[in-house]
Amino acid sequence: MVVELTSNAIVSGLLLGGLYAVASLGLTITFGLLEIPNIAHPTFIVLGAYCARFINLQGIDPVIAGFIFAPVFYLGGVALYQVYFVSFEHRGRSNTLQSFTFFFGVALVLQVSLILAVGVDLTSVRAAYIGKSLTIGIITIPYRLIVPFAVGMVVGVATWLFLTRTRTGLAIRAVAHDANALRIVGLSPTRAKRHAFGIAMMTASVAGAALIVVSPVDPFVGTQYIGRTFAIVVLAGMGSVPGTLAAALIIGLLESLVVTFIGATWAPGISFAALLATLAIRPSGLFGIAR
Amino acid sequence: MNEWRFIVGTLVVLSVGALLSHTATNAYVYYAGFVALQYVVISTGWNILGGYAGYVNFGSGAFVGLGTYTAIFLFNSLAAPLWIQILGAALVGGLLGLAMGYLTLRIQGVYFSIATLALTAVLSTGIVNWKYVGGARGITVLASQPTVWFPSIVSYVFFAMLLLAVISITIARGIERSWIGRGLAAIRADEQAAECAGVPTLKLKLFAATVSGALLAMAGAPYPYYASYVDPDSAFSINYALNALAMPLIGGTRTWIGPLIGALLLSGVEQAATVTIPSEVNLLIVGLVLIGFVVAAPDGLLGLAGRRFTQGKRP
Repeated sequence: MVVELTSNAIVSGLLLGGLYAVASLGLTITFGLLEIPNIAHPTFIVLGAYCARFINLQGIDPVIAGFIFAPVFYLGGVALYQVYFVSFEHRGRSNTLQSFTFFFGVALVLQVSLILAVGVDLTSVRAAYIGKSLTIGIITIPYRLIVPFAVGMVVGVATWLFLTRTRTGLAIRAVAHDANALRIVGLSPTRAKRHAFGIAMMTASVAGAALIVVSPVDPFVGTQYIGRTFAIVVLAGMGSVPGTLAAALIIGLLESLVVTFIGATWAPGISFAALLATLAIRPSGLFGIAR
Repeated sequence: MNEWRFIVGTLVVLSVGALLSHTATNAYVYYAGFVALQYVVISTGWNILGGYAGYVNFGSGAFVGLGTYTAIFLFNSLAAPLWIQILGAALVGGLLGLAMGYLTLRIQGVYFSIATLALTAVLSTGIVNWKYVGGARGITVLASQPTVWFPSIVSYVFFAMLLLAVISITIARGIERSWIGRGLAAIRADEQAAECAGVPTLKLKLFAATVSGALLAMAGAPYPYYASYVDPDSAFSINYALNALAMPLIGGTRTWIGPLIGALLLSGVEQAATVTIPSEVNLLIVGLVLIGFVVAAPDGLLGLAGRRFTQGKRP
């Protein structure tokens, strides 16, 4: 019985970690690489979830809907970065107090707008695989966890390949290290950052779709994900994509074990404890490069 | 001269408050006044770390809620009077601020803010699971008649909050005008340079985090007496986190006057708005105003006024 419970908790925890990975990827880029504290990111994920649901009502698979909306989110991200850039970086005052407050305000306005637009009730999506599960021996895995896990891993690996193997990705990582050096070799740091911010926002669209497949969503879900995603990014080591995947799996696993053996109400404390422990013991994170 | 004016001003405010707490026949004065004064304490307390040192605390709700529940715990277990509840809340809030600071302020940058983002969720979860203080269902606190000095419990709580507001402003003003305030300003301007110039940055940050935490928790302590029913959702409300940030930024974060102006303005607008519009729209408006100020007037109303003033003086 305990073996069965434990192995099920481990498997579903790792699968949940896949969802957390895709939810955190955008922050790995914006916060980890560009050092823009975009605390509105989880709220954009919730927006992505509602967009996926909107398309799903027309009978399209929610995950595909997430990819359909990704270009729209890219444009939204570019626009948001432009406002941020003109208001703060351009004037040479990328003061954390102000940029933090800016994104806090954006998150709040977005959340309240969602509440006013769709109400506070939980909403979910329909897909052929939701409600069915796969049984291997003593382990039962619902498909609604497998699909987001697969999405998370695919998007994670794709992001990693993009950042390490393409010239644009190289420029984005370079701007994180030294914006002036980029300017010297004739590239625009602002363009690289804008592009990166757009791509981070694309992941929010996909993450939103994955989120609403896993469980029903309401406009308040974003607040749970703020602590979780930031904990993952810091635990990963700022800006490390492989680290993000590993940290997301660890947090997913820990939460699932706590839910199974201690109680669901304690799960929100896990990411907070992980965050504080990381900062106290190893601030550079698991895969962090000392910068 | 300036000192005397401040002292006289404080005494005038206190005596007007004392007079009001005995003469006002309409209880609404106390309810509205309590909220406005609580906002003043929250705004001032937040600003000591957030404004002076530039370390943003997103978990004001956690500190205020912790103060509220410390008061409930002391009332339930020891039947402690209000001033003990307030002192207890200040102690616990200060310790929380110190602990958070010790874990996250040793590293420069945004980590403190991020840790405070998650703090409210964690603390309210703890309270939800703690049956002794009511758990998720909330708890009713019925205060006995306080003293012979006050006609009713609301007027007593109102005056206590006024006292807290005066105390917190005095503390903030004292910090601002001492070497501590100058050290914090140096940290905000350039922490590395401050460190190199011999400013004890970590000590100052921890001091500010402790004082700020204590004041925020103190702001929550009289709430059980005021509302007589408390549940985790209202005690750890998102409103606190948002307002604590919005008020100093609207008023101006550099001096003690900014948070005061911001708090009075916001509570006034809210009092007018709650009668006419739903609370979500209210939140939306505060959020938009916050974004507007951060983008267009980062030094708040005082900054705007100062800019106009200096421009006017220039030939």
